[in-house]
Amino acid sequence: MANKVNLTIDGINVAVDEGKTILEAARSLNIHIPTLCYHEDLCVAGNCRVCVVEQEKVKTLPASCAMPVSEGMVIHTNSMKVRLARKHIVELLLSEHNADCTKCYKNGNCELQGLASQMLTGDHMFLDLVPDKKYTIDMFNSAIIKDDSRCIRCQRCVRTCEELQSVSALGVAHKGDKMKISTFFEHSLLEVVCTNCGQCVNRCPTGALIERNYIDQVWDAIYDPNKHVVVQTAPAVRIALGEALGMPSGKIVTGRMVAALKRLGFNAVLDTDFTADLTIIEEGHELLTRLKKALVDKDPSIALPMATSCSPGWIKFIEHTFPEFLPNLSTCKSPQQMFGALAKTYYAQKRKLDPKNIVSVSIMPCTAKKFEANRPEMRSSGYKDVDFVLTTRELGIMIKQAGLEFEALPEEKFDSFMGVSSGAAVIFGSTGGVMEAALRTAYEIVTGREVPFDGLNITPVRGTEGEVREASVLIERTVPAWNFLEGVELKCVVANGLAHAKTVMQNVRDGKANYHFIEIMACPGGCLGGGGQPIPTNPEIRAKRKEAIYAEDMGMSIRKSHENPEVAALYTEFLEKPLGHKSHELLHTHYTPRKRY
Amino acid sequence: MSDQSLKRVDLIFGEYSNVKYKILADTLARTNDAILKDILDSGLRGRGGAGFPTAMKWKYTAETTSEEKYVICNADEGEPGTFKDREILLRVPRKVFSGMAICGKVIGSKKGYMYLRGEYRFMLNDLNRELDIYHEHAKKLGFDFTIEIRLGSGAYICGEESALFESMEGGRGEPRNKPPYPTTSGFMKKPTVINNVETFVNVMMIMRLGPDQYKKLGTTDSRGSKVFSVSGDTPIPGIYELELGMPLDRFVDEFGDGDTKAVQVGGASGFCVPRKKFKDTVIGFEGVPTGGSMMIFNSSRSMYNVLHNYLEFFQEESCGQCTPCRVGCQQLLKGIVAVKKGEKKAAYLDQLMKLSESMKITAKCGLGQSVANSFSSIVNNFKEEMIY
Ligand SMILES: Cc1cc2nc3c(=O)[nH]c(=O)nc-3n(C[C@H](O)[C@H](O)[C@H](O)COP(=O)(O)O)c2cc1C
Ligand code: SF4
Ligand code: SF4
Ligand code: SF4
Ligand code: SF4
Ligand code: FES
Repeated sequence: MANKVNLTIDGINVAVDEGKTILEAARSLNIHIPTLCYHEDLCVAGNCRVCVVEQEKVKTLPASCAMPVSEGMVIHTNSMKVRLARKHIVELLLSEHNADCTKCYKNGNCELQGLASQMLTGDHMFLDLVPDKKYTIDMFNSAIIKDDSRCIRCQRCVRTCEELQSVSALGVAHKGDKMKISTFFEHSLLEVVCTNCGQCVNRCPTGALIERNYIDQVWDAIYDPNKHVVVQTAPAVRIALGEALGMPSGKIVTGRMVAALKRLGFNAVLDTDFTADLTIIEEGHELLTRLKKALVDKDPSIALPMATSCSPGWIKFIEHTFPEFLPNLSTCKSPQQMFGALAKTYYAQKRKLDPKNIVSVSIMPCTAKKFEANRPEMRSSGYKDVDFVLTTRELGIMIKQAGLEFEALPEEKFDSFMGVSSGAAVIFGSTGGVMEAALRTAYEIVTGREVPFDGLNITPVRGTEGEVREASVLIERTVPAWNFLEGVELKCVVANGLAHAKTVMQNVRDGKANYHFIEIMACPGGCLGGGGQPIPTNPEIRAKRKEAIYAEDMGMSIRKSHENPEVAALYTEFLEKPLGHKSHELLHTHYTPRKRY
Repeated sequence: MSDQSLKRVDLIFGEYSNVKYKILADTLARTNDAILKDILDSGLRGRGGAGFPTAMKWKYTAETTSEEKYVICNADEGEPGTFKDREILLRVPRKVFSGMAICGKVIGSKKGYMYLRGEYRFMLNDLNRELDIYHEHAKKLGFDFTIEIRLGSGAYICGEESALFESMEGGRGEPRNKPPYPTTSGFMKKPTVINNVETFVNVMMIMRLGPDQYKKLGTTDSRGSKVFSVSGDTPIPGIYELELGMPLDRFVDEFGDGDTKAVQVGGASGFCVPRKKFKDTVIGFEGVPTGGSMMIFNSSRSMYNVLHNYLEFFQEESCGQCTPCRVGCQQLLKGIVAVKKGEKKAAYLDQLMKLSESMKITAKCGLGQSVANSFSSIVNNFKEEMIY
């Protein structure tokens, strides 16, 4: 056990573990010291100085987020000295800040604004520095907008991009009054290694990094009587949307979400989970085919291990960072893009609609999906397969705009067809979910039996945040068609967060690891921690979302993708067979090597 | 009259011995405890500005167990008006290297670095030549401590010790949170002693003279002599080695041009002392400390311009990471301009004074914390010049 340190905070004695900070000690007493640069997911920067406190017998005010406790410390978190210093600091930040909140996307969910309102900063004690600053806004990217005029230089984004994602697209440039958050040679985020994962957006305390929103475009489509607007909702949206609408974390709001979407006026409310199941069928067959070609046919052109391809942040990352491994990526499109391609083909045919009148909208926990939808390859229906991608947050805004009392909505069911899904699809939203879903199906194809895990829960592959999880499944008693796999130990690895993805790929590259199948999700915890999810995010919130996902899986009547009846119908009516000609045309894609900076 | 209280000394630049690296050889034969005790007894405090007791710094680092430890000589010398380290390195580099080597022995380090100001690149060849000689001698003495020179990038903030480590590690020169202090986590997160160029030379002085002799120089709080960089309105600008603890009026008598209005002690991050306070001001840790810079202003100078100049310097040289310093410097600069132009009332200066106080107690590192020194001492003492 760690040694205890005794200290006094605002007159209260407390003993905390050695190594804790004053901030943590204060929180344990329910004393909330304001913070801006501090974030639970990141290393301590100690640069905003908003969290300063007074320590008796010390002349300067230590930053509570960065100062470890020490024996006998006497701390005041709200003394006259602290209050003035804190007010000065917030006033200074505001003097550099383009604080026209009514024009700002973060209005109402902004940490700086919250602090300013707490401190009654109305009197503007210092000069306005904004007119002399030549702030720029990077609006070139389809996913993320970077507005320097709203940046408080807390460097959360820089730490996020480096520590969690190992991308380092953002860095600090210049010094002094010119110091700013920038990219390689100050290029647009569009032109650098940025993966559009949106993790920086999730952690930016202001409106300096936001998603590009398409709310008005979607309303326009809904209002247009000539358009048939279909909406698909990703697995991880239903377990987080509640947070954006004032509900506690970890609530499953599938039924209410569907009801809300119908009230918003979408013509069909469908489920990305449907194409998640489809992805499993395609990707499962792809894996088995690759194994066969490699092990039986000894085809040297077959790239193994095969890596999942449903996380577009991961795709852009590997295109930049490990372009030599592009052949290892599954050619399967992400469920979003499979859905989009089918919406304007299969769905259009079945509903007798002209695809040019279909507007396909997706609700995603993700900002990278906005970029993905704009890739030139994503037009296999002959149109833009997915017209607009909205984040969970944007849907939250639309629901508020429509004046819906979300919690009070009655639960409704997805429209059919392309609205039915399995529990295997639901768990796509968590790290390890795709792997588990794929194993549930592939194992059964190969052995004719269910995976040998209690309740189909393949817990060994259920990933954990901040961890690379390796697991293997022994294949025994195969059916004749797959008996070349008899006795093979299928080696899998699951990683979430691009920093861990990098570790996995380096190990593969350096021959330190020998896998068959790699699942990577770009975001911490998987899509449940996606860059389009409600803000704030922290390990506790993500843990609750994860619980909700597995609870939803357990509650589904269908647990395996290959038992999804609508997917089966899709094959008989339209696609014919997995990896067939139509599949290749609509559901599979290719990748583009990109520069390493 | 000045002669009795203003003692010129010639210890730092003087030759000690005809035998090269003799003192180093003698000292290496002693025990670490004995060396540390001498430095402790001497009362030596760091010459880089903050004045931390050198013996304590070495002792803490010696006591931290680690496979790797480092000795770093801070030769970034960026403080405006300071050029004494340059002179030391040009004239007696051997003493600096020897001081570093002794530190290496005491703390148990095998590797030393000198972080040399980018502008001093011109002396790199000479220094490396001297280093070769040092390494030869160290080898002969069977002493395993090598020294390497790294060139700085030209930013003032890289003289701050933790920013210096960041810079040496290839990062951006941004100060770190303290604790941890360098004694436990410095360069490469390993225990590190970082000292100013002159501090290492003082160690050599103590090794040669012994603490008792050394202590005869200076005052109780400020032992030893100090190299001063004298500039501004003086007929005799240059480098002078003087005893610490001198009264400022004696200094002005000797170096001023007869019309001295103020002396800026310790560079832009130091204090401005006006004429009326010369008499009561002692130059040393008990009074006004200085890393060596003494800038003399006569009555033709506008103190508004002087302050404006300093604030411009800080606004640009702040690393920019922390709020009080990055934005505070801009506000102070723009603020005095606004008052001067009449766009803000004179009372706004009080507001700015409070702001500078907040900067002093909340900034992350010494740079932002010390802006208030020159700001408040100039504004307080020359208020009319700020307004009219
Ligand atoms: C902004 C800033 C710049 C500094 N520049 C220097 C410098 O150029 N040289 C130096 O020796 N110390 C400089 N220091 C002080 C160092 O951080 C450190 O205290 C010093 O090197 C310790 O050496 P000493 O104990 O021998 O004085 C600077 C400090 C600050 C805050
Ligand atoms: S970032 Fe926050 S404080 Fe700034 S304008 Fe937007 S809402 Fe207002
Ligand atoms: S963009 Fe946001 S997270 Fe990044 S430094 Fe600016 S305010 Fe902080
Ligand atoms: S979106 Fe992701 S990759 Fe791009 S800058 Fe933000 S954290 Fe880095
Ligand atoms: S006080 Fe200034 S130089 Fe020091 S960390 Fe803060 S911004 Fe950087
Ligand atoms: S929250 Fe502690 S310094 Fe920013």
